[in-house]
Amino acid sequence: MELQTLTYIVVGFTFAIYIGIAIWARAGSTKEFYVAGGGVHPIANGMATAADWMSAASFISMAGLIAYMGYGGSVFLMGWTGGFVLLAMFLAPYLRKYGKFTVPEFIGDRFYSNTARMVAVVCLIIISVTYVIGQMKGVGVAFSRFLEVSYEVGLLVGMTIVFIYAVVGGMKGITYTQIAQYCVLILAYTIPAVFISLNLTGNPIPQLGMGSTISGTDVYLLDRLDQVVTEIGFSDYTNHVRGSTLNMFMYTLSLMIGTAGLPHVIIRFFTVPKVKDARTSAGWALIFIALLYTTAPAVAAMARLNLHNTINQPGSAESLEYAERPQWFKNWEKTGLLAFEDKNGDGYIQYTPDATSNEMVTLDRDIIVLANPEIAKLPNWVIALVAAGGLAAALSTAAGLLLAIASAISHDLLKGVMMPDISEKAELLASRIAMAGAIGVAGYLGFNPPDFAAGTVALAFGLAASSIFPVLMMGIFNRRISKEGAIAGMVAGIGVTLFYVFQHKGIMFVASTAFLGDMKENWFFGIEPNAFGAVGAVVNFAVAFAVSAVTKAPPQDVQDLVEFIRVPVGVEAAQDH
Amino acid sequence: MAFKSKEMAKAYWRENVRLMFVLSIIWFIVSFGCGILFVDTLNQFRIGGFKVGFWFAQQGSIYVFVVLTFVYASKMGKLDRKYGVDDES
Repeated sequence: MELQTLTYIVVGFTFAIYIGIAIWARAGSTKEFYVAGGGVHPIANGMATAADWMSAASFISMAGLIAYMGYGGSVFLMGWTGGFVLLAMFLAPYLRKYGKFTVPEFIGDRFYSNTARMVAVVCLIIISVTYVIGQMKGVGVAFSRFLEVSYEVGLLVGMTIVFIYAVVGGMKGITYTQIAQYCVLILAYTIPAVFISLNLTGNPIPQLGMGSTISGTDVYLLDRLDQVVTEIGFSDYTNHVRGSTLNMFMYTLSLMIGTAGLPHVIIRFFTVPKVKDARTSAGWALIFIALLYTTAPAVAAMARLNLHNTINQPGSAESLEYAERPQWFKNWEKTGLLAFEDKNGDGYIQYTPDATSNEMVTLDRDIIVLANPEIAKLPNWVIALVAAGGLAAALSTAAGLLLAIASAISHDLLKGVMMPDISEKAELLASRIAMAGAIGVAGYLGFNPPDFAAGTVALAFGLAASSIFPVLMMGIFNRRISKEGAIAGMVAGIGVTLFYVFQHKGIMFVASTAFLGDMKENWFFGIEPNAFGAVGAVVNFAVAFAVSAVTKAPPQDVQDLVEFIRVPVGVEAAQDH
Repeated sequence: MAFKSKEMAKAYWRENVRLMFVLSIIWFIVSFGCGILFVDTLNQFRIGGFKVGFWFAQQGSIYVFVVLTFVYASKMGKLDRKYGVDDES
């Protein structure tokens, strides 16, 4: 069957499932809308968290970035999994015990101040919107390939679908749909990986295939890859450090503590019935995530090898002739995300790291995973499945994020502070309007994303790392931190990080306003903007402790609250209404 | 407060903090240690086709993370029961 038709059928079928589930589980009350009534089993919740968490950045973008960064790409692998250990141990159980709807609500109560709550809301909105921009880039890439249109048109179609999808559902719909989406996305990720691993190494398990020898030879795959890329002039795959050791350290740390401070992930742990479920839920989520994250580096290495084998044709005298280019090459040319320019006019594709002679003038990293099964010449149904998986990943995360934004605006801002006697119905309406607004802003910025999908998402993690994570940690583990300390800490942490990011990436990511330019020479100790969240977090802790030392201690009832959340018993029932 | 005494509450929290401390040391060693700081040293050794440092950075650390979260959940479950604060209502 034609690839195009097949893709429509597979994508259409999965969408029918999601919409069916969303209608079946439609949210009736605000509580169902925000936290699914609080009655979700830990394994189910773990699976939904995994889908929520693994976004277009993980599915579409990450392996492509690792394929080009080699060892340096490890920051994403360790950073985006290691944070769950922190979340499981330091935050999830205590926040569940506390038992409210949103993260700003906890911050507002613990720091006995509506101002603290408002600052948290602002941080949350900045983080989530940045994150949604990254998703929109991924959605745009996936739809542009799937519909064979330009990136911009793909993005518009994607925005419309995310809008319809998230606005109707709410959390209850989202939780059950996300379970279905996890199944689709993990199958779509691992099936092609298994095929490619079998083809290249004869080992069906990609995690092992990556460390095996290439079929019919006694050369290890990674050694072969190192040899191929260095011959063409790229740097060594397994040793290539990103920036410096310090930069890699800070990058990984930013992603880890950012993970633990992401409001839309934390919110998931409010949906389980008990404190001990919050602990195991994080473990289950991590297992489901690790399935994809340990496959990704294998996909990356194998995709890179297949790409060079196709284009550079190592071992033969000539590289690939442009007129002979395969179908996937032509398809991606239509999206504008891949482009060839015959600089020396010989009709062959010279693909080198040297900007003056390289003829692959555009090769967007975000297309690697989607193109991978085509490059490896896998059957059409596998390619169609990957398209469905990419869309599932992007949709599930976008929905989760939009929910976090909506709840911050309608629950914290409107009901919590500005109009305390707002009706449930009006609150639901306000949150749906907030979602629509967020999609619009993120979509608009998605036309000129600041980085590849995973890079943009990494910025969002830096912002979460520098604002939400420190203040939650201090709120739980130190009863002496005062409201003044927390507010000053959050403002200083996210302020420093935003300032650093904006001066290199442009104010609100509009590139022309980047007054220092995105230049390595201007980086502080060689730390890239995406990795600066860890520095912001240190500033946040330092400022909060310093200010708390000179201001009045929190009142007794707040100190009692800190005691209360440390004990797992007596959780307020979170079952249905 | 569900604890029988203030001392019990303190002891429970102390054991909890100790467990968190030990697990976070392991967390740090496998990722930042083996995967980043000592990667060059470990890369001199190999498991099959993997250099060891590279393996920790792209595979090993993730497997350890999974184990750590489950160890934490199960040990805390035991601790809750020992101090009679598990939530079996």
